[in-house]
Amino acid sequence: MLDRLKKFPYEEVVIPILAVLLALLVGSVFILFVGENPLVAYKVLVKESLGSTRNLATTLQRSTPLIFAGLAVAFAFRAGLFNIGVEGQLYIGGFAAAWVGFTFTNLPRVIHLPLAIIAGMLGGAIWAAVPGLLKAKLGVHEVINTIMLNFIAFFLTDWLTIGPFHGNTMAPETGRVAKTAAFTRLYPPTRLNTGIYLALAAAVIVWFILWKTKLGYELRAVGLNPSAAEYGGINVAKNLVTAMAISGALAGLVGTEQILGLHNRFIQRFSPDLGFMGIAVALLGKNHPVGVIFAAVLFGALQTGSAAMDRLTAVPRELITIIQALIIFFVAAEYLIRRMIRHKGDA
Amino acid sequence: MWDVLALLVNTSVFAAAFRMATPLIFAALGGILSERSGVVNIALEGMMLTGAFTAVFVTYHTGMPWVGVLGAMAAGALMGLLHAVVCIRYRANQVVSGTALNIFAGGLTVFLLRFFFNIAGTSPAVNVIPDITIPVLNRIPWIGKILGRQNPLVYLALVSVVVVHIVLFKTVWGLRLRSVGEHPRAADTVGVNVYRIRYVAVALSGALAGIGGSYLSIAHLSRFSENMTAGRGFIALAAMIFGKWTPLGALGACLFFGYADALQMRLQNLGIPVQFVQMLPYVLTMIALAGFIGQAVAPKASGEPYVKEG
Repeated sequence: MLDRLKKFPYEEVVIPILAVLLALLVGSVFILFVGENPLVAYKVLVKESLGSTRNLATTLQRSTPLIFAGLAVAFAFRAGLFNIGVEGQLYIGGFAAAWVGFTFTNLPRVIHLPLAIIAGMLGGAIWAAVPGLLKAKLGVHEVINTIMLNFIAFFLTDWLTIGPFHGNTMAPETGRVAKTAAFTRLYPPTRLNTGIYLALAAAVIVWFILWKTKLGYELRAVGLNPSAAEYGGINVAKNLVTAMAISGALAGLVGTEQILGLHNRFIQRFSPDLGFMGIAVALLGKNHPVGVIFAAVLFGALQTGSAAMDRLTAVPRELITIIQALIIFFVAAEYLIRRMIRHKGDA
Repeated sequence: MWDVLALLVNTSVFAAAFRMATPLIFAALGGILSERSGVVNIALEGMMLTGAFTAVFVTYHTGMPWVGVLGAMAAGALMGLLHAVVCIRYRANQVVSGTALNIFAGGLTVFLLRFFFNIAGTSPAVNVIPDITIPVLNRIPWIGKILGRQNPLVYLALVSVVVVHIVLFKTVWGLRLRSVGEHPRAADTVGVNVYRIRYVAVALSGALAGIGGSYLSIAHLSRFSENMTAGRGFIALAAMIFGKWTPLGALGACLFFGYADALQMRLQNLGIPVQFVQMLPYVLTMIALAGFIGQAVAPKASGEPYVKEG
């Protein structure tokens, strides 16, 4: 029993929790600034995100894309790659899924839906493999290239949506995805859909690949020390491309779920920065699938509660964006928290 | 055919190119200072956005847009300091901190917009910095039409390029800053205060990006609107790389990107989708980084936290 306690990744859990608490604490300064009581505001936040089955369903719905996005970033991180390109990859993946969804309209559901999902994954994977390839072959750092590819993806899908694939509405969106390619709603009127099962399955698969396969072992070795991995006979270049492609496939699923589960058509710039939130989720979840799920649900809850907080108190909903950014700061600056813990230990 | 050629050398397009390039130039110069000192700054976007908001906020309350510019500088510098503290003192990953800062700025500006102006989306209109005419310059044929009458911030941007160039390459402080970005350990051994130089460089970076943001909100337009920088901080980042981390190179890249921006609406009339023109800066930067247009190499120690020994 004691052994098991010792094996428990104490710091891996305590640091993120402290980071969240610190962020909420700083957030309360902003709440006081607008003349509200932080306890009242936070109480509304909790009640409206977790207080009823319906609220809980909305929270889970909002968590779904964040799980995929967090997994995408975490997977790349494990291989030593920083994928800031999830935002662009999710648009390409989302568009690919939508295209299959509104183009092949006479397929049976058992073929159509999986086909749309695979297209979404492929779209994201290809978009992410490009910076992986550029890093593997030419040594170009993936951070700048993934940022550049984000914007290229925005403008490309802008054009596709307004131009060749514009639907028959006035809005910048494509035609509707056929019912045979849509995820099923689980708890109407909320938009929670079967995508949540796919997200949980993805978390299990990511865990399995990373810790139970030779590929995962190699990826993690490359992430820890590329030169040692190379020396140990691992093909680093191949692994970089594979890691980015898998990360991109997960990013593609963010878009796929949003299109096939929520919007049922591709809408220009539909993502509320889900890709960037994925970075926060991965960091807070310590790049572990279990951590990612917890972090995604937390962020999903914050977002769900923020709408009610906005309505019922004087606190603008953007407080949640601020808190999410603060969480990233505190997790990133874990040196700060480690010192705080140690000081306490000394006393 | 002649229509197209006439359009490409049209003086009003060039004049617009300078206007479009101005916010990019300020932010790119900021990026250069930060990265040359060894701190990666992908938060230019957030710093610009904060500057844009603060400029409007201060101008709204004072009625004086130049005070607004000062406010934007201060706000940008504060964002820079936040980035610096997190990256230098607490050794956070610089890309992560930059990402957080961008998210933070996006949330904070709308939070404050809604709190102070009780309005979502767009602030009320404020006074702007008016354009000025430069007496002799405006008489010169062709050039006079492009640069004879512009916003003071356009001229300030061009002057800043020269100043940053001189500071970086002709002063002792600039030499130290560059050595801190290339070999912090070596710089430390000869008595250069690595941390202090990085703090100053990143704060200046924020101040410059802040001016860039203020140009958007109180010179180009007369109000703040949500996410009004719309990726310009990242175009500035691209210009910095494209210009190989030098002020003059970045100026060239900014003018080129500004020119593309100015052409985009006109090209659309010729059947070229505007989105393809908008993509151009990003595509070109990827090509440049891949080494097809000369090698673009970042300062060696950029991205690495420096830990003093002993």
